[in-house]
Amino acid sequence: MSDAILTTHGLSRSFGGLMAASSVSIELHRGKLHALLGPNGAGKSTLINLLSGELRASAGEIRYKGDDITGLSPDRRSRIGIGRSYQKTNIFPAFTAFENCRLAAQSREPRTLRVFEDALRFEGVCTAARRALEAVGLDNRSDSIAPALSHGEQRQLEIALALATAPDVLLLDEPLAGMGAEEAMRMVELLRGLAPRHAILLVEHDMDAVFAVANVITVMVNGQVLESGEPAQIRASPMVRAAYLGEDGALAGYEQS
Amino acid sequence: MRRRTVALGVALGLLALFPLAGSDFYTELVSKVMILAIFALSLDLLVGYTGLVSFGHAAFYGIGAYALGLLAPKYDPANLWLTLAAAVACAGLAALIVGVFVVRARGIYFIMVTLAFAQMFYFVFHDTKFGGGSDGISMNFKPVAAIGSFIPFNLSDANHVYYFVFAALVTVFLFLRTLSRSSFGRALQGIRSNEERMRSLGFPVYRYKLASFTLAGALAGLAGYLSAMQFGFVNPELLSWHQSGNVLLMLILGGLGSLYGAVVGAFAFVALEELFSSVTTHWQLLLGATIILLVIFLPGGLASVASRFRRLLIGAPSE
Repeated sequence: MSDAILTTHGLSRSFGGLMAASSVSIELHRGKLHALLGPNGAGKSTLINLLSGELRASAGEIRYKGDDITGLSPDRRSRIGIGRSYQKTNIFPAFTAFENCRLAAQSREPRTLRVFEDALRFEGVCTAARRALEAVGLDNRSDSIAPALSHGEQRQLEIALALATAPDVLLLDEPLAGMGAEEAMRMVELLRGLAPRHAILLVEHDMDAVFAVANVITVMVNGQVLESGEPAQIRASPMVRAAYLGEDGALAGYEQS
Repeated sequence: MRRRTVALGVALGLLALFPLAGSDFYTELVSKVMILAIFALSLDLLVGYTGLVSFGHAAFYGIGAYALGLLAPKYDPANLWLTLAAAVACAGLAALIVGVFVVRARGIYFIMVTLAFAQMFYFVFHDTKFGGGSDGISMNFKPVAAIGSFIPFNLSDANHVYYFVFAALVTVFLFLRTLSRSSFGRALQGIRSNEERMRSLGFPVYRYKLASFTLAGALAGLAGYLSAMQFGFVNPELLSWHQSGNVLLMLILGGLGSLYGAVVGAFAFVALEELFSSVTTHWQLLLGATIILLVIFLPGGLASVASRFRRLLIGAPSE
């Protein structure tokens, strides 16, 4: 398809003798939510880290809007529009929820070297921060210091940080992990709302959520792409069932519940 | 917040009136402490705000001091404004060059590599004739604060030195306070809190750290210059690791990352030094013990005493 915004070709990463990602080729499209499934150690987080620049590729290339970005640093990738969230909550414990998001939004503000101007005077940045908090449902907790938030709220803040940078591509590493049922439902709604305007790569173990929101699903096993396709195709694939879901079909169980 | 402003106002008032009450000895002593406070403030920008624990900050203090020693003509007084600007620029440039190499290092490696660079500068001044070797340089004249033919104050007068240093301290304090609230300052605090996340949010962390290191070096150079101006004398001890250690102790004593702490720490450090050295020649033992106790029982430093006390009275949970 021509509207692919982020593509990888033969992307590989090895740690010593272990191929954590082996010749992975995927495409992310604007308006599509692309879910990544696979057992632990399949290379899902490695792939996210390769795309965000925190890991260097051993081989292969990454293209963003047509440009080769394989060698770009994480901060450059963020500035050109690739945002991410972490599996393990990675926020600023020293600050309030608002300041967490304000700082994230500030990274898009070119006038940061005005050292004599109070940062709170940049209305655009503050508004972007408030919007991000609102999007994840944390607007009533904006003045709470980050460690005072519940685990689920910290997970929401994690997503809000990524949103505050107004990215085109969102790499979300298990956003629902540790969330209560209600928070998870809200997050699924949020993901659905974000999908039309973003290209999203979602790593998630919650099958209900994945099949509820994904447009495309890629299944990885041992660092390799096993199969990629629409949810119905993945659900029906005998290869996926055999390799990942088991003969009894854990997936079938999810369908019924 | 308002209480703090009141406390700040009272402290400023007391400092402003101090020379009227004290003898020349104490006026000079407090001038010296205020210079150390500027030095500690410059380190607070690095340690307290950016999270870079430098164990070589005295290098830039010393470079600022030597700039005056080397630039001052032998038989004429130097111009205050020109030499001051040159000293700050030299220290800032040195910090920029050192910073290019050191701010990539982190944690214990950053501590070691800053110490190593500071020792290099120390031995350059100590072992070469460039700055008078281990004897240093004595200056015959105080700098003159001439703007054209107008001379607003006279640095041979201890009171004038006092007020000049006082003005410098207030300026540096207000500058850093404004900076800490700006986008730049908040980004530095973000780096201190979570460097990885700052990078993945799009901040060029290396450049921010380098800017912080350079600025801190330049301000340390200002403090060093003022010290050389006050005493009319520079020697390699200004750059020694003892000096780097002492300023870190001041900061730990007073409390990191509040700016108030740096100033309180400088005063407390010199007061303890004076107190203990009047009791025993082994005063460093007592000073060491005091600092250990303080770190254990008051991890926020002396600047946190007021807020702890208030919390105790109100009965609110701590932290």
